[in-house]
Amino acid sequence: MPSKTEVRLVMSPEGVALPFELAPPSERAVALLLDLLLLHGLLLLLAGVAIGLTGLGLGGHGAALFLLASFVLRNAYFSFCEIAWGGKTPGKHAFHLRVVSRDGGALSAEAVIARNLTRDFEVFLPFLSLFAPGALLPGLPGWAALLGLGWLLAGGLLPLFNRDHLRLGDMLGGTLVVRAPRVTLLPDVADAAPAPAAATGAAGPRGHVFTLEQLDLYGIEQLQVLERLLRAAETENNGPVLRGVGERIRTKIGWSEWVPESRELEFLQDFYRQQRARLEHKALFGVRQERKREGRLAPAVLAAAKPAKPAQPAEPAGPATRPEPETPAATPEGGHAREPDAS
Amino acid sequence: MATERFPLKSAQFRREREASWRELEELLDRIDEGGLRHLDHDEARRLPTLHRMVTSSLSVARAISLDQNLLEYLTHLACRSHLIVYAGRREPLRAFAAFFGTRLPRLVRAQWRFVALAAGCFVLGLVTGWLLVHADPTRFYSFVPNSMAGSRTPEASDAELRAALHAQTTNDWLAAFASFLFGNNARVGMLCLFVGFAAGVPVAFVLFQNGLSLGAMAALYASRGLGTEFWGWVLPHGVTELLAAFLCGASGFVFGTSLLFPGRASRLENLSRRGRAAGLVVLGAVGLFFVAALFEGFFRQLVHATPVRYATAAAMTLVWIGYFGFAGRKGAHDALED
Repeated sequence: MPSKTEVRLVMSPEGVALPFELAPPSERAVALLLDLLLLHGLLLLLAGVAIGLTGLGLGGHGAALFLLASFVLRNAYFSFCEIAWGGKTPGKHAFHLRVVSRDGGALSAEAVIARNLTRDFEVFLPFLSLFAPGALLPGLPGWAALLGLGWLLAGGLLPLFNRDHLRLGDMLGGTLVVRAPRVTLLPDVADAAPAPAAATGAAGPRGHVFTLEQLDLYGIEQLQVLERLLRAAETENNGPVLRGVGERIRTKIGWSEWVPESRELEFLQDFYRQQRARLEHKALFGVRQERKREGRLAPAVLAAAKPAKPAQPAEPAGPATRPEPETPAATPEGGHAREPDAS
Repeated sequence: MATERFPLKSAQFRREREASWRELEELLDRIDEGGLRHLDHDEARRLPTLHRMVTSSLSVARAISLDQNLLEYLTHLACRSHLIVYAGRREPLRAFAAFFGTRLPRLVRAQWRFVALAAGCFVLGLVTGWLLVHADPTRFYSFVPNSMAGSRTPEASDAELRAALHAQTTNDWLAAFASFLFGNNARVGMLCLFVGFAAGVPVAFVLFQNGLSLGAMAALYASRGLGTEFWGWVLPHGVTELLAAFLCGASGFVFGTSLLFPGRASRLENLSRRGRAAGLVVLGAVGLFFVAALFEGFFRQLVHATPVRYATAAAMTLVWIGYFGFAGRKGAHDALED
């Protein structure tokens, strides 16, 4: 789905702009929480080992081990995961989040380390100082503690105040946290509607054939809305919606033939296929028609066009090779000024 | 063959390329599950080829296809494989060796001006503290926080002061003490990087203040004729620890100046380019703090002969000069070092 999330373009070394979805701060926060839970679980385990060692009369060594290991764990957990796992930690993995390099190149170990060096002060300290301001900087006068707290919060809340939701560490490391969900390739909707065979001439058992004038009324936006509707029709029963859409299309393009409800899907599939072919064809020749045009075709215009229809395939012999009837196609987006208006 | 009135080039394009997309998708799924190691040799070699095919498919599709699902699919597939193909996995141990072997000394040499600036701030504090306390011992209390001074105040007797230099801790807790010191110092070092963004002012202040405390302490000991012993107590670990502190301070300054004077690049760009180097130097400093903590936690408690302490301090100085001055001078330099 084209979601409303923000997107940042990263130029890949192949020269293709890849739109990465920015990870929303909320998801990052929850991913962090997951990681912290895991981390502190490990720390508890370590503490258990240290206490066990004390019980064996090795108190000093136990404490040393614990202090050292907890330091290493707290500071290396994120870096290690992100280096070994291609920019992911268990928490990020759960939310399909990933660290990428802002310049589109490889995510280097250095970038990962740099982004995690400041984490302690951006994330842990603000929390700690919120709950226990005194523990942070003992013996400071109130105003200084408040100042320090403000400073820490400003640093910690930085991701909320910049376009790319960068932490200070992200700025240092030149990194970006993105969301990389999975999209499955669905069957092509156009495959559902076999191409109307021109050779057979007039409409066969299913062959709604549209004229170029009719196909030039709609743009890419409407085409893709129709695509979504048709895809939805495969899984759910959205007959009434389809019917309504079909009615509106017929009014706009001036389709005079009556379409029974049972053939509505067929009609829309035919329309989708030919509309897409037409728009893709135009796009290849440099005219990307994004939006629909105002106005509609009168059935009268259609009646004039209709007899010509069977003959039409003969006229543009290779329709794809030549930008044939230049009249409608050459009027780009703003063309609704000169509509074949319904008088 | 029926000639189509509206040939769907995009559908034909899809029919021709779909197999390679599916193949890539399947490889990516397996990598997500178990990592690159789960691919056999041929598959791993095929990955970059497939990635290039998908990026080319994507740019073709953007030009010719209006099938939205297809476009989204290709975009996500290309993004996913981009992340895997360019994920830059490395062997952690080899990266570690390369870092301490060549990268760190080079980075430090590239930033030597800032290291000198950090050292300057500290020395300024040291001299100021010494002079002020030397002139009036009661000022000692203003410069050394109570928690740090402990029993070492101007009221203490000579014997007490000397005892503090030769404290004996039971062996059992030495290791714990060392780890505690290490964690503490390393955190302060990283804090330097964090506060660097305010034009480096807090960094200079922290360095200056630490200089003041040490200077005050030194003046106190010197006034009792214990100066030599005091420096013997400080220097074996102090050489390393101060160097590490200077490196952290230098990183803070690099951070600050890269924001203040971005040059031709944008601030953000400049920050990520130079800030990365600064972060790495801090990482190196954490390594130094570890060494310093070993000296502070073990050596200082176990060795009490002042000449040996001085000899050790001198040896450490030589080691660091040799390391930062000469290690990694050979071999190719890379672009990150200015």
